[in-house]
Order: sequence, then C-alpha cells, then structure tokens
Amino acid sequence: MIEKRPITTFISHFVIIVGIIIIAFPVWITFVAATHDAIRMTQSPIPIWPGDQFFINLKATLWDGISESDTRPVAFMLLNSLIMAMIIALGKISVSLLSAFAIVYFRFPFRMGFFWMIFLTLMLPVEVRILPTYEVVAKLGMLNSYAGLTLPLIASATATFMFRQVFLTVPDELLEASRIDGAGPMRFFFDILIPVSRTNIAALFVILFIYGWNQYLWPLLITNDQSMVTVVMGIKEMLESAEQAPVWNKIMMTTLLAMIPPIIVVVFMQKMFVKGLTETEK
Amino acid sequence: MLKRVHFGTSWLPFALVAPQILITLVFFMWPAAQAMFQSLLVQDAFGLKTEFVWFDNFKELLNDEIYLQSFYRTAFFSTLVAFFSLSIALVLAALADRVIKGATFYRTMLIWPYAVAPVLAGALWVFMFNPSLGIITYTLDLLGYDWNHKLNGGQAMSLVVMAATWKQISYNFLFFFAAMQSIPKPLIEAAAIDGAGPARRFWTIIFPLITPTTFFLLVVNIVYAFFDTFGIIHAVTEGGPANATTTLVYKVYNDGFIGLDLGGSAAQSVVLMVIVIFITVIQFRYIEKKVDY
Repeated sequence: MIEKRPITTFISHFVIIVGIIIIAFPVWITFVAATHDAIRMTQSPIPIWPGDQFFINLKATLWDGISESDTRPVAFMLLNSLIMAMIIALGKISVSLLSAFAIVYFRFPFRMGFFWMIFLTLMLPVEVRILPTYEVVAKLGMLNSYAGLTLPLIASATATFMFRQVFLTVPDELLEASRIDGAGPMRFFFDILIPVSRTNIAALFVILFIYGWNQYLWPLLITNDQSMVTVVMGIKEMLESAEQAPVWNKIMMTTLLAMIPPIIVVVFMQKMFVKGLTETEK
Repeated sequence: MLKRVHFGTSWLPFALVAPQILITLVFFMWPAAQAMFQSLLVQDAFGLKTEFVWFDNFKELLNDEIYLQSFYRTAFFSTLVAFFSLSIALVLAALADRVIKGATFYRTMLIWPYAVAPVLAGALWVFMFNPSLGIITYTLDLLGYDWNHKLNGGQAMSLVVMAATWKQISYNFLFFFAAMQSIPKPLIEAAAIDGAGPARRFWTIIFPLITPTTFFLLVVNIVYAFFDTFGIIHAVTEGGPANATTTLVYKVYNDGFIGLDLGGSAAQSVVLMVIVIFITVIQFRYIEKKVDY
C-alpha cells in the first residue's frame, strides 16, 4: 500500500469478500442440498441452511449409489476417476520427458521433423477430432477400456515444450561431468535430469491430474459400460434421471464428491499449481 | 534448440520419441486425415453407399442457416464469456493487489473454481436455476420475474454464460494478480508522490503494463469458450431450447453422434481445425513477441 486511505482499503476488502461469497454461493447451495433428506429437497423453497443428513447421505451415496436402479456406487466412480486421472497425468509426464530428452540432447535424423509433428498436435484438441478419433479407437477395439480412455489424451505438445524449456536451462557442465564419470545417456537422464527437474514435474502433475480428473467429452463417447463410468460423467446421467426421481440430496452430494479431490489439490498444492499453470502456458 | 554438448546418433533417440510419435500418429494424424477425407464424402441414409463429392459438404455448410447461426452464436457466447470473466477478474485482482493484508488468503479463496470440471459447474448452476426448485428461480419469482431456461432461449444462453464465466474468473484472476504483483513498486510510488490517486495509477500505469497478460488471456478465454465449455452446455441445456445454445463444438458432437451425419460432422471438424490453427498462429506470432509499449 502506497498511501493511507482507510476508506478505499475498506471498500477493496469489502468488494473482494462480496466477490468471494458470490463465487462460493453455488457450492454452498450444493453443500446444503447434500445435508437434507430427499423429500425436503423436493419442496420449494429449498433450504439455504444445512440440515443434519450429511453423513447419512454421504454413506448412502458412496456405497449404494444414487438410486435402486443399476447405477454403480459413487465410491466406484471415484476410483475410476482416480485411475483415469493418474494414468493420464503420469503417462503424459513420462511420454513428454522422454521425447523432450531426445529432442534436446541427441542429434539424429528427422529430429526437427519429429519436433514439428509434436507441435502440430497443439492444433488438434480432442474436441475438433472427436468423431474420427472415436472411429480409430473403435477399429483398434479399445472402446470401454482404460487404454482407449487415456491413450488419445496422453500425447501433449505443451508438456513436451515445457520439459524442453527446462532441459535447455540445465547447465552443459552437468552432462560433461557425468560423461567424464562414465555415465551413459539413460544414466544421465535418470540420475541427473529427472532430479533437477523434479519441481517442474510436480507442478505439471498437479495441472495434469486436474485435467485428467475433469475429462468429460472423451469418456462420454468411449465408454458405455457402467463398469467404466467416472464420477464426472456420472453427474450428467443423474441430472437426466432427476426428472423422474429427484433425489437432489444424493445428486448434489455426488457433485460435491466429484469436485473435492481436484479442489484439494489446487488449494493445498497451490504453489505447485500456480507454477504449473504459468509454465505450461509460456 | 539442441544442446551444445549432446549425444551422437544411435537408435536410442528414436526409441525415446517413439511413444509420443506413435500416439500422435495413431490418435492425432490418422483421425485428422480421416476427418479431412470424410469431409469430402457423402454417405446415404443407411450407410450402404459412399460417394466422393469434393467440397459439397463445405458448400452445404456455408449455405446452412443453422450452421451459420451456431457460428455467430459461438462468437457471441465467447465474447460475453471473455468480456465478463476478464473484467470481473481484473477488478478483483486490482483490489487484491491494493490490499496487503489477506492478499494470499483472497487468492486461495478465488482460484479454486479452476479445479471444477465444466460439467460440474453446469450442474451447480442448473440446480440454482432449476425451473421448479432452484433457489434463484424462487427468488426471481418473488420479484415477479419468470425464469425457465428450458423454454426461453435467451435465459438458457445467459445461464450458460454465467456458468462458463464463473469457472474462468479464477484462471484470469491468477494471471492478472501475478502480473500486477510483478510491476516494480517504485513506479507506483513515484506516481503516488506526483499526486496520482489509486484510480489514476491503475489506468495510466498498471493497466498499460499488464497489456501482454491481457492479450494472452483474451486468446486463452476465447479458446476456452470455444472448446472447453462442451460439458457446461451438455449439462445445462443440451444445446437447446431450439438450438439456442448450440455452439460449434456442441454441433460437431450432436451431428456426428446423435444425428450420424458423418460427412457433415467431418466438414465441421475441419472448419474447427482451421479455427484452431488460426488462433495458434496468432498466439505464436503476436503473443510470443509480447505486446509492448
């Protein structure tokens, strides 16, 4: 603060707090909905203060699912989401680390060709090539499998570019020293390069975990088997079924459960999150 | 590009790039090529006969009122989302930058919506605006305003814009706040000594200095509104009522998977690719060089 202006400062705090409250309001309503029983949630006006059914709803949603029909329990969907997010995040990181290492540290034919091919993937987000990619995955017999769910999302130019930038800033002396000590390329990669870029890897992991957890369109197309359903996808089905069976308490509980893991990652790994976000966008 | 000290040619680098190149070829290049090829074909209603029609699918697209409307609608939607999420984030960041106490706490409280999946953001908002149960619908009703986004196209569009803006504010806030925090304090102090008040300092010093960030965010927000809002639209309106919220990406999905019009959907995909290529070129030509004063 440059000068003393108590009124301006007060107004600043006030406006920010109002902003925060407005932004948090939808989540508050969701939380409140998850703390009442199903019947209360069908009577307008719906409550804006929490009830006492939170743990009952939590238990029912996690282990029994949303209704008596054939939907899976939400704990199962959460597990599926976790598996998918982990495969996508770790897969992307490994694939990108390897290719960035090759492009920065090796002279080999078609090096630039490969680089541009990776660059081109920037221009082809899943959303613009959904139908043909679906056909390819179907031809390969990968519908309803974790491979079909994750592989098409694993190649990423942004991660490769970020590691390329990181590797370019690693001092040449490290490579010279490790060569003198008799280390081969892979030894150098695992013992030097990965340890020096570990904060970047962690930062990227945070971003990619959220990206993977929140995938929607692709899983929606590629899986139609209840055993593959993720929690983010499950919500849509529940919203549709709400027309006939309005169990809003459980639907909003599921919404809450689906958004908590990525929010926890953002809030508690905030430093890594901010670093990851600003670095991948460079 | 290449390290001064590097390894020589062997089979190893090929093995290292192989996973990424393989995935790129199988899941990016092949589908993209197929989309381009399919966009030149027409299939009959039963999928029995396929005919090569050159650019007829594109001609048809450009003469299709519904497609052109969804084009304008997407542009309108993106403009609204970019405008609201940028301006709200700018105000919040400027205020958070002013206060010393609590700035990091405020940041934490403002960035978490980034982590919410678009379809969940849609679920939150559609619940508040549910025509029969929603808390805001109820309040609006008390005020004498009738809300039903399932029937009213304008209301459906506003709801989708609200949900999309809500989710994007956190991202914009983070970048604006970081940019403002990195402005050297002596600049601001000098202006204050010269008698410039907070508002004057904001418009003549802070705002011009964060122009590169603003341009960067503008591009990111447009890309977001174009491509990442599918989940919101799918959860909130399913493109309706009467196509009132059908954006380009939603239409590709709808025509391809629900309408099963392969050629038309492929042609739309190709148009989208052209748009992405155009945006990427702009990003690298102009944003990389930084918009400077």
